[in-house]
Order: sequence, then structure tokens, then C-alpha cells
Amino acid sequence: MNVKHFIEDKILLFEFTEELDHHESEKIRKRADYEIQRFMPKKVILDFKKVSFMDSAGIGLIIGRYKSTNCYGGNLELVNVKPKIKRIFEMAGVLKIVSIVENIQGQTG
Amino acid sequence: MRNIKNEMKLEFLSKSANEAFARISIAAFASQLDPTIEEIADIKTSVSEAVTNSIIHAYPNKEGIVKIRAVLYEDEIEIEISDTGIGIENVNEAKAPLFTTKGNLERSGMGFTIMDNFMDNLKVESIVGLGTKITMGKKIKKIKDENTY
Ligand SMILES: Nc1ncnc2c1ncn2[C@@H]1O[C@H](COP(=O)(O)OP(=O)(O)O)[C@@H](O)[C@H]1O
Ligand SMILES: [Mg+2]
Repeated sequence: MNVKHFIEDKILLFEFTEELDHHESEKIRKRADYEIQRFMPKKVILDFKKVSFMDSAGIGLIIGRYKSTNCYGGNLELVNVKPKIKRIFEMAGVLKIVSIVENIQGQTG
Repeated sequence: MRNIKNEMKLEFLSKSANEAFARISIAAFASQLDPTIEEIADIKTSVSEAVTNSIIHAYPNKEGIVKIRAVLYEDEIEIEISDTGIGIENVNEAKAPLFTTKGNLERSGMGFTIMDNFMDNLKVESIVGLGTKITMGKKIKKIKDENTY
């Protein structure tokens, strides 16, 4: 996972580079919560561009990070979510609480 | 009886590092049936769900053995994933969407729902104290050949 801080805008970007299964999610969530609690960003962006695999562990990972940002009033956004992954989120109703943003090129490019 | 084209078995310790190993191995074996990328993705995700369940639910406080058997037929793959762990008390309840006994560990309770959706058939057999066996099958369609050649 690559982590980028946009200090002025108070945005934290996590770019997942691993396969999002139970094994990898355990490590990601520790690192992500550490960064979120330290930086208290207004917005956390989760970038799925480099995710080649995700199972239901990804659902828990996203809902967990929603909780860690929502608890102090921060926002969570998902970007570059491929159809296969989107289908898994839809099955679990994740998109009712977290939104997918289609294009963030301008924001983080 | 259907004609068996090929068969394989795999056994490993219930370590989470083996989740990727298991799904990649089965995907490689399934590729003999010339599946689409979509079909391979469905198989990988379902294998990952069942194997993860054996690792985290079947053997909560110790390590155990997870076994996989995969059989290739002319137009279908059948995969059995089994453990000798704690077993499931109520299988119908366990299969319901969002049901989990490990919510504290960020489990979503969507594992069985995903297997059910991504595979063509799913059977769950479990005996408390003895273990669990998941059998799932997926048809690998042959139309691609006719179109390509
Ligand atoms: N191999 C297994 N051994 C024991 N219990 C299991 C096994 N697989 C699933 N379960 C039970 O079924 C429940 C639902 O499984 P699943 O749909 O994959 O959701 P999750 O893994 O997120 O809890 C689990 O919480 C667990 O209680
Ligand atoms: Mg599961």
C-alpha cells in the first residue's frame, strides 16, 4: 500500500497495491488506522486502481475504515473500483454508506 | 457417470499466507479447461472464501490441515475444500448474508453469499467437533472455441 498525504487539503490517499484477502487486509488495516488517527484527515481516499484481486475481506476492510474516519467526522471515498470489485461491494450493501467517485484525476494527479 | 479429465489434491497448514497459494494453485489447474478471465476470477474468489473460512473459523486457536481436491470434467470444475475443525452448528444460519460469528475481526459475513453467487452450485456439510466440507462446482462454457476457430 502506498500512502500519500495532501497536507493543505487534509486528504489522505491509500493506494492499495496488494491482493485484498484476509492475510493482506490484516496488515493494511493496522497501517491505515495508524495514519488516519495520526493525521485526522478531512477525507480518506482509497484507490483500487492496482487491486487485481479482492474477496469478502475487502468488505470488512472498507467498512472498518469507514468507521475509523466517520467517528471524528471525516469522509471516505473509493476510486478506480473495477466492476468485479464493485459487484462484491454491492452484494454487501457497502455502497449505501460509502461512495465511489468515478474520476479524481484533477484532485490527486 | 461423467468422465473425469483430471484430478488434483492439495494439503497445507491453516496459515493465512496460504490463502493466495490455494486460490492461485486452483486457478492454474482450472486453466486446463480454457476458462474466461471472468470464470477464473469467480473460482479464485470462491476458493479464497472457503479456504479463509477454514483458516479463521475452523481452527480458531490452533493450526490444522486444510485439504483441497479439484476434479476437472469436460465442461465443469468441481472443488472440495475441507477441514477437521470445530464445525458449524447451524449451516442455514451461517449461509445467510451478513451472518458472522467474528464481527470483531472485521469479517463481513458475506463469504457463503459470494461462493453461492460466483459458482454454479454449492454444498456445505458440517459436523460440530468433526469439521466442514464445502463442495462447489462451476461450468466452464465451451462456446468460445466455436467462435474462435
Ligand atoms: N470452515 C468453517 N468452520 C467453522 N465455521 C465456519 C466455517 N466456515 C464458515 N463458518 C461459520 O459461518 C459463518 C459465516 O461464514 P462467511 O459467510 O464466510 O462469513 P465470515 O467469514 O465473514 O464470518 C462464520 O462466521 C463462521 O461462524
Ligand atoms: Mg468467510
